[in-house]
Amino acid sequence: MQPLVVLEGVNKHFGSLHVLKDIDLTVARGEVVVVIGPSGSGKSTLCRTINRLETIDSGTILIDGQPLPEEGKQLAQLRSKVGMVFQSFNLFAHKTVLENVTLGPIKVKGVKKAAAEKRGRELLERVDIASQADKYPAQLSGGQQQRVAIARALAMDPMVMLFDEPTSALDPEMINEVLDVMTSLAKSGMTMVVVTHEMGFARRAADRVVFMDDGRIVESNTPEEFFSRPQSDRAKDFLSKILSH
Amino acid sequence: MDAVLDNLDVFVEGFTTTVSLTLLAAVGALVLGTLIAAMRVSPVPPLRWVGAAYVTLVRNTPLTVVFFLVVFGLPEVDVILSFYRFAVVALSLYTAAFVAEAVRSGINSVAAGQAEASRSVGMTFGQTLRLVVLPQAFTNIIPPLASIFIALLKNTSIAYAFGVFEGTQAMNQLVNANGADVIAIIAAAAFIYLALALLASALFGLLERTVTASR
Repeated sequence: MQPLVVLEGVNKHFGSLHVLKDIDLTVARGEVVVVIGPSGSGKSTLCRTINRLETIDSGTILIDGQPLPEEGKQLAQLRSKVGMVFQSFNLFAHKTVLENVTLGPIKVKGVKKAAAEKRGRELLERVDIASQADKYPAQLSGGQQQRVAIARALAMDPMVMLFDEPTSALDPEMINEVLDVMTSLAKSGMTMVVVTHEMGFARRAADRVVFMDDGRIVESNTPEEFFSRPQSDRAKDFLSKILSH
Repeated sequence: MDAVLDNLDVFVEGFTTTVSLTLLAAVGALVLGTLIAAMRVSPVPPLRWVGAAYVTLVRNTPLTVVFFLVVFGLPEVDVILSFYRFAVVALSLYTAAFVAEAVRSGINSVAAGQAEASRSVGMTFGQTLRLVVLPQAFTNIIPPLASIFIALLKNTSIAYAFGVFEGTQAMNQLVNANGADVIAIIAAAAFIYLALALLASALFGLLERTVTASR
């Protein structure tokens, strides 16, 4: 079967900084790929290139067999099928929780308001936050906001979900409520690319772990193999530092 | 003092026009200024250039010169309006440059993540601006907009020089007809401008509190 996301020879610079170096990555339908690596290794940038929030300098990115279009209506259309969850949630600050979840379906997909609200409430139920539907984002905790952000992305019925360090801005006690939602999403068969520092989530939910360092993909393996028998010195060093305490 | 009280109807007529000029030009400037601000942040370079050029040219031209350009320039291209309408056009064009800069600062004050999230759910640049960025930008720029519109209220007095019977023209006529009460008449006109400006401030203050409370 055709893979859902394909990156081939992707390079990206920020000024003189070479942040992505010849990245090749293929994500199959239903696959959960967790991207880990030290800060500044390019993993967030990699995640953001997949829906073209970051442009690339060379290489190709295919989603569902289609190359990413240039900025414009076509790209917007494609982005509507690629869910994105940010480190800083980025809920629409002037909209209620329910409006956050229905704005995309109503304005982008042309769903009727009543239908969008019905589906929105179902999704809020699924991420266990339906009781907060009429509040504004600023009235919610970080964990609650992030769950709303996941519901907002799901409301577009995406083919693939991208998570850019979804728990890095959360208090420790709120991390699990977000990871639980992500784990159940992974189990439901959603295709996911997750940039994270949560090794427990990687072990539990990933089909494959991709380890990045200095703009390159250094290792790509199953979580069992990667965590018990890392191949590269860089990965061994990284794991020894984060798993030692 | 009698000259003021006896001629209140003249003041009322004049300042009614001042208020209507202000309101019409405020709407025109808000629409045009927002459009120019949108051009300045658009992904299309030529639109950005046009927006920047407009602000640079208009903001650095005296309002009186803008009036001359409108009053003498528009008839050249067969647009012939009443002086009142010319005044609305000139005031709108001029004030739009300032509104555009205020709106642009408001747009820049909205966190970049808001627009990224909006684009990520598939909204176009226009939808992102209209539905997500501008509504938040406007709540952030109510204070500078209030200043701009108070300046506009006072700037309507330039229309006096172009044959519009507004507040300053009313004052001028009364001054010419009542040589003994010149100071009282001028003071009365100044007081009415002050009262109108304070009213505008109060309305903007109310708007600001309403908007802040609903978040």
